Amino acid sequence: MLPPLVRVPLGSPLRLLLLACSFALAAYAGVRLLADDWLGVALWFVGVALLHDLVLLPLYTVADRAAVRGLGAVRRRVGALYVRVPAAFSGLLLLVWFPLIGGRVEQRYRLGTGLPADVFLARWLLITAVLFGGSALLLALRLRRAAA
Amino acid sequence: MRDPDAPRSPSSPGFWRSPLRGPWFTSVLGLVLLVGITVLFVTGLVSYAAYNPDLSPVNDKTPDKGILGFYLFAWPTDPHWLYRLNQGVHVTLGITLIPVLLAKLWSVVPRLFALPPARSLAHALERVSLLLLVGGALFQFVTGVLNIQLDYVFPGSFYTLHFYGAWVFFAAFVVHVLLRMPTVLRTLRHPREERNDLVSPRPAEPTVSRRGALWFVGGGSLLLFATTVGQNFDGPLRRTALLAPHGGADPGSGPNGFQINKTAAYAGIDAAETGEDVWRLVVTGRTGTVRLRRDELLRLPQYSAALPIACVEGWSTSDQWWRGVRLRDLAALVGYGDDPPDVFVESLQRSGAFREAALRANQVADPRSLLALYVNGEELSLDHGRPARIIVPAAPGVLNTKWVARMTFGDL
Repeated sequence: MLPPLVRVPLGSPLRLLLLACSFALAAYAGVRLLADDWLGVALWFVGVALLHDLVLLPLYTVADRAAVRGLGAVRRRVGALYVRVPAAFSGLLLLVWFPLIGGRVEQRYRLGTGLPADVFLARWLLITAVLFGGSALLLALRLRRAAA
Repeated sequence: MRDPDAPRSPSSPGFWRSPLRGPWFTSVLGLVLLVGITVLFVTGLVSYAAYNPDLSPVNDKTPDKGILGFYLFAWPTDPHWLYRLNQGVHVTLGITLIPVLLAKLWSVVPRLFALPPARSLAHALERVSLLLLVGGALFQFVTGVLNIQLDYVFPGSFYTLHFYGAWVFFAAFVVHVLLRMPTVLRTLRHPREERNDLVSPRPAEPTVSRRGALWFVGGGSLLLFATTVGQNFDGPLRRTALLAPHGGADPGSGPNGFQINKTAAYAGIDAAETGEDVWRLVVTGRTGTVRLRRDELLRLPQYSAALPIACVEGWSTSDQWWRGVRLRDLAALVGYGDDPPDVFVESLQRSGAFREAALRANQVADPRSLLALYVNGEELSLDHGRPARIIVPAAPGVLNTKWVARMTFGDL
């Protein structure tokens, strides 16, 4: 008698086919993507995913929870939103434009485009001020209306 | 107060407590990305074709593309704003979608830690595919966002990485859409019956509604859009692009004041080489070589064309008024009277990408394609390519070679 075969669950055949097709195309492009500096590109490809999932996402989640908890009591929950939204928007702008805002490319940018490179930090700070200021104004109006 | 029963491991469903998570929220964001990313992919492929990479090795940063160039076509010159529109959409939409992408990834993050790692072979493969999907999406957005800010920290040429990266991502994207679409449609048709692993078993008290959260994501997109889109227009609109690389004020004033991709100083152009008594345009073709001084060029018939500068980085200018010699008239000088061929253009620039460029016969033949000596009624400034530069309708900015030294007509 033959020993019973170990059964590996395969899943839906259609799903397998689609995935195999996708992997084949990804591999065709992938060998070209990795042709020059395979280690560097692979590190970047996996690294950005890890950096997002294990650093950026936990970081903003913890910061947001701290804000919600710090602004505490349910009565003030509404107020918390007026802090979280402008903070998130300001952080979003910094996340996207940090090379310009942080002056990482100052010399190349100025030499290349003929434009001043030291304006971005100031602009980001001013936008941040407008975001928080505008939010404060809205909250004040709301509180006044609630009190009236 | 900490809940003593709170699960400590992110692989236990109760660890994730946001009441926002669930198939409805993820489906809505997924649909937005389906439309948006499809537009990004198509405009990306179109931009790739606009370089005419199959025309000459100097235009081709990805010579081993193989079948991935299957769709390439001769890039047209009409409408003359085609590349400006395409690239404006590609870059501006990409930036606008960043909050949607981040929210979508946030909405499914519990699945990253889900156990068991695989219930079947298909499930295991799907999780590998998701690494390509998430890694690919972030890789594409990050390389794009860094490149437009001239922050070249990525490991290789932007063209190579962004083009092949797009295909790796797209392979995973298509299969993800196909596998998830039934869930998305079911969820949106019956939004009240949502029950899957994304819904927290011990949800925290809501601080914002799901609709509110969508408005928040949309607000982030709107903010990015509003501070970026202006870099595709001149005057007061450009000043609204507060954080975009080519937003704010123009680099100069007057006829030559408009946006510059790379200045003469950056390109290492020696002003002495562009002087009237030194510079010669060398034109080669069927009947031999002609050397032209600037005053000789000016004695040829002069024509005007109103054309924009449109950069791969997603900024552009409105139409500038160029004046100079038609490319097809230069072709005629060297033996191509009525059948202008391709042309290979070389700059005085000694190093750097696109110091040489090839233009296709249809681009040379267009009556608006010029070797320009004037812009907006004045001599070209050194930063805009004095003594002479190419300007071709609908061509990507870098193919409009500045500081032209040599033009070789003939089939490439």
